Amino acid sequence: MTKREEFEAAAKQFILIKDGPYGTAIQRAKLAPEDYAGDTGLADDQKGNNDLVNLTQPQVIRTICDSYIDAGAHILATNTFNANRISQADYGAEGLVRDINISAARIIREAIDARNDGVPRFVAGAVGPTNKTLSLSPDVEDPGFREVTFDEIVDVYREQCAALVEGGADFILIETVFDTLNCKAAIMAVKQLERELNRDIPLMISLTLTDLSGRNLSGHTVEAFWYTVSHAKPLTIGLNCSFGAEQLRPHVQLLSDIADSWLMAYPNAGLPNDLGEYDEMPETTAALTRVWAENGRINALGGCCGSTPAHIAAMAKAVEGLAPRKRPSRNPEMHLAGLEPFTIAA
Amino acid sequence: MSNKSTARFVNIGERTNVTGSARFKKLIMADDYETAVEVAREQVENGAQVIDVNMDEGLLDAEKAMTTFLKLIAAEPDIARVPVMIDSSKWSVIEAGLKCVSGKPIVNSISMKEGEDAFLDHARKCMDYGAAVVVMAFDETGQADTKERKVEICARAYDLLTDIGYPPEDIIFDPNIFAVATGIEEHDRYGLDFLEAVAEIKARCPHAKTSGGLSNLSFSFRGNETVRRAMHSVFLYHAIPAGLDMAIVNAGQLDVYDQIDPVLREACEDVILMRRSDATERLIDLAESYKGKSAADEKAAEEWRGWEVGRRLEHALVKGIDAHVVADTEEARQQFARPIEVIEGPLMDGMNVVGDLFGSGKMFLPQVVKSARVMKKAVAHLIPFIEAEKEAGARAKGKIIMATVKGDVHDIGKNIVGVVLQCNGYEVIDLGVMVPWARILEAANENDADMIGLSGLITPSLDEMVTVAEEMKAANMTMPLLIGGATTSKVHTALRIDPAYPGPVIHVLDASRAVGVASRLLSDTQCEEFVSTTAADYAHVRDARAGKGQSELLSLEDARANFYDAYLSDKAAPPLQPGTHVFGEWDLAELRDYFDWTPFFRAWELHGTYPKILDDDVVGESARSLKADADAMLERIIAEKWLTARGVAGFWPCARDGDDVTIHDLDGETHTVLPFLRQQVKKSRDRASMCLADFIDPAGDWIGGFAVGIHGIEEHSKRFLADKDDYSDILLKALADRFAEAFAERLHQHVRSELWGYAPQEQLTNEALIKEKYRGIRPAPGYPACPDHSLKPMLFDLLDAQANTGITLTENFAMYPTAAVSGFYFAHPEAQYFGVARIGRDQLEDYAQRRGVDMATAERWLRPNLD
Repeated sequence: MTKREEFEAAAKQFILIKDGPYGTAIQRAKLAPEDYAGDTGLADDQKGNNDLVNLTQPQVIRTICDSYIDAGAHILATNTFNANRISQADYGAEGLVRDINISAARIIREAIDARNDGVPRFVAGAVGPTNKTLSLSPDVEDPGFREVTFDEIVDVYREQCAALVEGGADFILIETVFDTLNCKAAIMAVKQLERELNRDIPLMISLTLTDLSGRNLSGHTVEAFWYTVSHAKPLTIGLNCSFGAEQLRPHVQLLSDIADSWLMAYPNAGLPNDLGEYDEMPETTAALTRVWAENGRINALGGCCGSTPAHIAAMAKAVEGLAPRKRPSRNPEMHLAGLEPFTIAA
Repeated sequence: MSNKSTARFVNIGERTNVTGSARFKKLIMADDYETAVEVAREQVENGAQVIDVNMDEGLLDAEKAMTTFLKLIAAEPDIARVPVMIDSSKWSVIEAGLKCVSGKPIVNSISMKEGEDAFLDHARKCMDYGAAVVVMAFDETGQADTKERKVEICARAYDLLTDIGYPPEDIIFDPNIFAVATGIEEHDRYGLDFLEAVAEIKARCPHAKTSGGLSNLSFSFRGNETVRRAMHSVFLYHAIPAGLDMAIVNAGQLDVYDQIDPVLREACEDVILMRRSDATERLIDLAESYKGKSAADEKAAEEWRGWEVGRRLEHALVKGIDAHVVADTEEARQQFARPIEVIEGPLMDGMNVVGDLFGSGKMFLPQVVKSARVMKKAVAHLIPFIEAEKEAGARAKGKIIMATVKGDVHDIGKNIVGVVLQCNGYEVIDLGVMVPWARILEAANENDADMIGLSGLITPSLDEMVTVAEEMKAANMTMPLLIGGATTSKVHTALRIDPAYPGPVIHVLDASRAVGVASRLLSDTQCEEFVSTTAADYAHVRDARAGKGQSELLSLEDARANFYDAYLSDKAAPPLQPGTHVFGEWDLAELRDYFDWTPFFRAWELHGTYPKILDDDVVGESARSLKADADAMLERIIAEKWLTARGVAGFWPCARDGDDVTIHDLDGETHTVLPFLRQQVKKSRDRASMCLADFIDPAGDWIGGFAVGIHGIEEHSKRFLADKDDYSDILLKALADRFAEAFAERLHQHVRSELWGYAPQEQLTNEALIKEKYRGIRPAPGYPACPDHSLKPMLFDLLDAQANTGITLTENFAMYPTAAVSGFYFAHPEAQYFGVARIGRDQLEDYAQRRGVDMATAERWLRPNLD
């Protein structure tokens, strides 16, 4: 059975659990600045370069991954949100992108393979949005200006995805999509890679919303976004980060009605408090997300900012035994999209 | 979602296409992208659902122009909201465009011109970028011209594309529209071939769509817009039923099929459908007569300027042309011995013609009001000269005090009546709106008026009119009292107002009756008879009313037992975005697309349904001219931001409790009780006795509310009145009303698809919206389903409407600004409008208690629904 088939089979049976974030967990490991850099010989201060830790302190990542597996996670993402050439250039570490990603995927692969307990688990090679946007001009005086080109972003993603697959990733997870065109470039990169390697690389796509009305930073509504990326035929589509489960609910509901992919959502642990900290209790998050499950809205559930293994464990417990969402059948209408969807009747 | 299965047709704008728009090409060539972006914006504002962008021009770097323009429009949310069609004959330009478009675009086009390999390579790339694609019916041997070739090529392309996994619903075939009526016999079948090919392709290629570029069709009639437009409209008229899904066309240049000159229409049809062998020759011959027709019109239009001045003034008055009236009046003044003679001579002659035409139904209200504007301007010019002579002006036929009563702010109808009366030589003293009875009586006495005219739109104004009548009686007045306005009626006048005042009371149905009523009341010979006939008529109405058994009422208890049993499991899901949503400035250009024009024409007493009314044998010309003026003013209102559309919508958790709906405020501590009224008139068969509360689940549900208002008319209204331009003033107010209604419609749509979100897939045309084909209702307090105006303050509190929209309520619950709409949202699929109609004493008592007011107050509020 391929990993895609294995996932499909599991998703029909139960609600899968995705892990939580790495950033705060790495902070808790209280690494010294020199621990980050390890023996890479990098000149710049690497403190905060969480992606580099895959290479320099793999045991830290492994421990975090194990804690999520213990919490009940089936979908284990790599710690590679910023492991791309553009983001790593800020640390002068762009030369290590390939090594970081291979190592990152390998750690998770090994952690999963070590269990050998018959529970289906998957390595999701996580790909972040980069810190450059293809749809928006950074210069308000010159709205036609772009910092990067589509082809450059495709190359950046392709380099990262190739290394993740090489290191053992089962899927590519394009997450926290704030710019839809960046996401389209990432899809293009994976399509090119599939042809080059002559293999199937299932995609997981996860949008992030920047306002409560339900649009991402490039201005697309949830529905317009789905129609724009549905050509990728992603294994999962969904939402992450954005806000807490409570605020994310209507958007999950909307997407759940229209998307014929499996639906994966991993919200933040509520909204940050005045100090910018997340203080929503695991039971609260679990209770909120359980409602999605009860309403048949969800196939995979996990945590984003502020979530801990305790949150993941609480969610896993809360949805245990609940039926997973059934995918709606695809209709033969023509769907187009600007920032908003446009449908031409079949 | 039945609306989704209905076939719909998409007009793709061609104005951002250098091959389709000379203006756009010029802008791009001149590197004026800023203005070019505005062209795109206008196009979207004018309703384009997809915008076609084409930069194929030999002297342009098309790739650079394409990417520059696409990036610029991406920065404009009101343009970028619609999908783009990337249009080029060069693949490199298309691919460059695909890299800039963030949504899901259409590629226009790819073909098998260079063989299958290149075709499939391009198709795969379109799939990778995530685009729908237009496939031209073009293969290695050339463009498909016959029906057989068109079908054969499209079928082959379809099979190739679906084999590589192209979603069939993302394929659009363009089977080539070629020029017809070229004089070359082989071209005669081109139109018919296309139509037949479309039908066959749709049958052969499931889920695929078809499209075409329309302008080719009429290529041989370049320079003859009338014929081209007619050909395009006729072609679409036949192509859409054949299965055409979209066309690239300048939507502004399409005629309504029914409005095309029938002779021309038939000739176009003969050509397109190849109905006769000499069709081309006949169309060419006919086309000659349309060529330069507009030039001839212009000549005729200017001819009257050469006439003698008296005739010119008369013409200007009859036609309502104010451009030269001051100069002409001055010329006339110099010819006459005294300025008053200009009024008594040519101006009154002109107005008499207008009055006769209006009286005999050959001229309609909008023209009369326009004529009045000309008259007023002429008189205004003469007044200083008349005053210099220190003598009285033309003696008025009579003096009429007019007012919208206290608590009401609506004045369109009153202004129209005022203008009509002034046109006919009456002096009108207009006291404005919200006029207390004391001021009306005072003005009547001070001015030694001949009669009083009262106007009102909302139901509480009916009571206020009774008050005025009672006070007139108390003041021992005897002058006639005229009653008018949308909610007034002969029955109400007869039953309530006439008995309150011993002098003559006359209900005036509409403006066209006003002159007849006034002239008879002031006639020495006709007055007495007219007054006594009317009084007898009203007495008869009262007798008939008293004698006739009224429809039987159920007891409140029985009516409640016969409630409307909605299937509550179907209730809408909770709103996606609960709470209150404030809209500080809704785009007027967008609202324009949501206009329901029929009531606009009705306000001008032109009766008929839009757009058919434009073609009406009797009022069509008048309606067209009014519409043209309205469109021109709309352009300015939008471009110069005369008006501001402010609105608020909110949703609250609630539950039905008997005939009440209890709203639980979000903090869960306070609650608001909305009492609704139930039908009590006994129903035939098994029809329910409805109450709005029936559409709410007692176990917990949601209700919404909204208020929208159009601000800003005052400044312009003042300017128009200073310019003696009642026509523009009334036009502006009528348009502001349309904006308010359109805003209510648009906001409701936004609520259904986004805010509440229970119908996210809804795609309805404006026509369907006007016919209320959507799910859910928005009944307004004061209207039949919810007749108590006094619920408005409760609604306003829930919405914090005054702070959020600037709309205020008068003591009788009229909204100000007058162009405002408010109401409740009910989302249940079975929710429907109905009229509460007459209710019984039992319900009145029950309601007073539920509403927490004394019986007298409840009675006053609900009077129209009582016996």
